[in-house]
This record gives sequence, C-alpha cells and structure tokens, in this order.
Amino acid sequence: MFETIDQIFVLIKHWLLGYVPGMAQPLISAILSVVPVVIAFPLLFAITTVLERKGLGRMQNRYGPNRTGWFGILQPMADGIKSLTKEDIVPRTADQLVHFLAPVVMVIASFLVYAVVPLGRNMVIADLNAGVLFFFAIGSMVELSVFMAGWSSHSKYSLLGAMRAIAQMISYEMPLVLASVVVIMAAGSLSTVTIVNMQAGYTGIWPHWYVFTPWGITGFIIFMIAATAESNRCPFDMPEGESEIIAGYFIEYSGFKFALFFLAEYLGMFATSAMAITFFLGGWAAPFSFLTWIPSYVWFFGKLLTIICAFIWVRGTLPRLRMDQLMNFAWKFMLPLSLINIVGAGIWHFMPAGFTRWGVVSLLILLSCVLLSRGLRRNKWFHVRTYRFAS
Amino acid sequence: MLGEGIVKGLAETARNFFGSYVNKERLTTVQFPEERLPQIEATRDFPFLVYDGTDPEPGLRCVACQICEKECPPKCIYIVKSADKKPDATGKAQFYPAQFDIDISVCMSCQICVEVCPFDAIKMDVEFEMSSEDRFGGLLLDKYKLAKSNEYYNKIHPTEAGAVDAALAEERAKAKLAAEAKAKKDAEVAAAKAAAAAAPPPPDATPALAAETPAPAVATASGETK
Repeated sequence: MFETIDQIFVLIKHWLLGYVPGMAQPLISAILSVVPVVIAFPLLFAITTVLERKGLGRMQNRYGPNRTGWFGILQPMADGIKSLTKEDIVPRTADQLVHFLAPVVMVIASFLVYAVVPLGRNMVIADLNAGVLFFFAIGSMVELSVFMAGWSSHSKYSLLGAMRAIAQMISYEMPLVLASVVVIMAAGSLSTVTIVNMQAGYTGIWPHWYVFTPWGITGFIIFMIAATAESNRCPFDMPEGESEIIAGYFIEYSGFKFALFFLAEYLGMFATSAMAITFFLGGWAAPFSFLTWIPSYVWFFGKLLTIICAFIWVRGTLPRLRMDQLMNFAWKFMLPLSLINIVGAGIWHFMPAGFTRWGVVSLLILLSCVLLSRGLRRNKWFHVRTYRFAS
Repeated sequence: MLGEGIVKGLAETARNFFGSYVNKERLTTVQFPEERLPQIEATRDFPFLVYDGTDPEPGLRCVACQICEKECPPKCIYIVKSADKKPDATGKAQFYPAQFDIDISVCMSCQICVEVCPFDAIKMDVEFEMSSEDRFGGLLLDKYKLAKSNEYYNKIHPTEAGAVDAALAEERAKAKLAAEAKAKKDAEVAAAKAAAAAAPPPPDATPALAAETPAPAVATASGETK
C-alpha cells in the first residue's frame, strides 16, 4: 500500500506508456518525465514568492501581501499577469539577438539541471553516471547568460552588474564544487541516485545522511553559503544594488523577460537547494527509519521547502556584504576551509570507525575554521587613501 | 567566533516572525480602506467654498472678488464674476461667482487662497480620495462640487471654524448695528427733510447732530465687511 503511494507517479507513467506504440516510447517517456518537473518547479516558484514576501513582511512586523485571493495567495498570478501585459522594451543600441537569448538561455540552463535531481525513489529524469558533473557544468551556463544579458544591453549599469555577478559566481563556484567533492569521495560515485541510495540506510532509527559527520556538516554549511552566493541572494546580492547599479545585469529587461530572469534565479536556487539535499540531507530518504512509510517525494519537497524557508530567513536577517568582503570571504575563508574539509573527509575514510575519528576530524575542521576566521578579522586595516594622478 | 552575530540576528528575526502572529501590537500597519487613522485637525489638502445655511446657491460666502484667482501661484482657480447682484446669507446684495472652478490636478495645496480671502469664503478641505477616471473633467471642480456647508467646515476643523464663526458673527452684528443706525439716521434725515419741507423755519440742529455721531462707525463697518 505505502509502496504504491510512494511509487504512484512511476506507476502512472508506466501505465500511460503501455498505451503508446513501442517506437514512440522513448520520446513519450521523456516527455512524461519532463513535463511534471517543468510544471512543478515554476509552481513552487509561485508559492515561494508569496512565502518570501509574507515571511519577510512578518520578520519586519508587516503583513506582506494580503489583498489578492485568500491571504494574498493569488499574488503570483497578479504579478504574472502584470509582467505579461507590460511592454517589452529593447534598447535601440542593444544587441537584439543576444538580448533576446540571454533570459532564454538562463531559463533553459535552470531547467536542465533538474534532469539529475532525484525527486523521489526511482523518480529522476536521467540517472547519469556523471550527474554531479552535469549539474555543475549546466549550472555554469547561468554565468554565461548573465554575461550575455549584461553585455548585450549596452548599458554601463548592466555591464558592471554582470561583471560583479560573474566575479561573485565564479568565486563561489569553487567552494560549491569543492564542498560537494567530499560527498563524491564518500559515495564513490558521481551519480546523484547512487549518492542518495548510499544515504538511505539507517543505524537504529538514525539515518546515514552525510550531514551527520564532521566533514558533512562543514560541507553542507559551505555548500549552502556558496549556493546563496550562486543564486545572488541576500546577503550576497551584489549583482543587484539599488543604490549603485540599480537592478544589475537585467536592468534593461522589462515585462516577461524580466520575469524570466526572476524565474531562472529562483529555479537556480531550488536546484542548488535540491543538490544540497541530495548530497548532504539524504535526498528523498526519511529522517527516521519509522517514518519511511511517508512517500519519498513528500520528504524531498518538505526538505526543499525547509531550505527555502531558511533562505528567506537569512534574507530577512542579514545586511549585504561589501564587494571586498565578499571576495575575501570566498577566497580566504571558504576555499581553504573546503580544501581542509576534503582532507578531513580523507582522514575520516582511512581511520577506523569510532569516537576517535569524530574527534580528530572535528578538531581539524574547528581549528582551521577558527584560525581562518581570525585571519579574516585581522585583515581589516584601513588607511588613508592617497590619490595618484596621471602626470 | 565567526558567525556569532549572524545567530543573534537570526534569533531576532525569528522572534519578530513568530511575535507578529501572536502579538497584534507588533503590526503597526493600518489596513487602509477598511480601517483608518483619525485625521489630525491640521490636515488640509484642497480648497473648498464655504456656504452659510442650507442652500449653496444663495449661501455662498464668496463675492467673486477674484483675489484668490490673482494670488494663486499655479493659477488653478478660474472665476467669472456675475453681472448682477444677489442677496447673500445676511440678505445684503452682493456679486457672486457665476463660475468658480478649481483644477485640483494643478492645485499645489499651498493654502494661499485661504490666507488672502477677506470673506472667509474659501477654506482647506480634508477630502483626499478624489481619484477619477477622467483626468481632465474629473479633476476640475466647479462651484457646486466645491461648495460645502459651514457645518462641514466646523466638523473638519472645529477650532479654526469656531474662531472664524465668532469673528464673522461679531462683524455681522456690527454691520447690522451700523445698518440699523444708518437706517435710523436715514429715516430721521428723511423725517427732518419732510419736516423742513413742511415747516420752512428750521427748529434746531440737535436731532440731526445726534444722528451724525454713529456715522463713522457705519463707514468702517461697511469698509471692513463688504
């Protein structure tokens, strides 16, 4: 019974495929896998915008949107209709083709990464044996489209915004990938499905999630911080700065293209969150062995929503970083720590199981964390700026 | 330790988040169309015309002197003076505005028209929900739209209206006294003339002199009011 509910979507797909002639089956199968994902995640985006606006409002002791529909839940509909009916303005000097392609590429890239995300048991569009690699490769296509948008707009604000975004995204791509390396080391596979399966076991009632190891929790925190920066969210929202570069790289976009950028940004956030779940939080696996009767996709989306709420919480709390703080943090703290974390994961692997390896690896990571944070702090000397003029 | 302040901040926002669901006092937002804050007495935005009594047509205090029209900095007032005179609220024959338009899309709410009006005929309103689908006609208020009763004025600005009413009452009482005195004097003069016409030898000048004394008061009162 529980097995049927858990596999309901897989069973429905196979039942539908039974009516399709054999030759068309691969194509129909792909469409049947892709369409629900393409529908589900934009819906999640709509829900998230409401959640975010209401959550942020509550954190600032406001109501948030509460006029459209019941408690404002139709707000995304209103926003969507508004952006669809707005005029699509393209600057006269813009590179028309690239200007048009940038949001399209961004949305395509954002959707492509969902191909390797296991949404539930046996629920993955493509179980690639290099799934993690695919994810990061496609993920960096977003940077390309950001630069396309910034360059083709032919506006100094969008160009500066794009440069900032690129600098930030490339800097944080490094710790993002290195933080996930520990998981690849532990699982011994680049396939996301295998990584989740490795974590789906239980000792007593406790799950085998990688987050419950010293290198796992460090990797998870680094991954989440880097994911925040990767998706241009507060406190790393330097590419958008009302006071200095207005909306950043998509300043020259209006109407639905703007909405597409917005959508892609959120889809990217969901994708990296989904990857964090896959790598560290056991994917679709239940948190306790006695809760395995709840369908796997419920667990996956529950974890996803939890992470989204955490993102909103952080956005409601932290002020923005300065560009130099951002870069210092990426290169002087996150990158060394993630490298040390890899060493820690190696030590963990070769030491016998028990409290000793817990102690050793935790000590290594904590010590390096403290030292690195000290280094970040000491670096705060300010001096009078001297201007040198061209003679 | 790195991240201590972040944890503190997260705790603070979490407290706000849950607190706003428990404690209504945290939410200071007023849900506007349904609930409104009471207006403070000094609220003012656009001018309106005050009329005495119940009917705006005769009761309008405005006598179309056109001072406000001349003083208005953005020139949003347009007045056409009447050709004839009609009795105002006190019964005195006055000019009246045949047309009095204020374009509130031009008005900058500076209140200069109110300051310069010698008749307390134009005052500032508190009505602000004046949006219209017709941006030309809908925002051009004619004298029927502008006319509002003195009771309304007393309701929106009680203190100011009270002072204006007291001053007006005093002035009108004075004017009435003066008018009565003038009427009396006129009557006496007429009587004296009649008497003089009837009896050629003049009796004496005392009644005429006695009637002469309130005459300066008449002059000042009439100069002040109308």
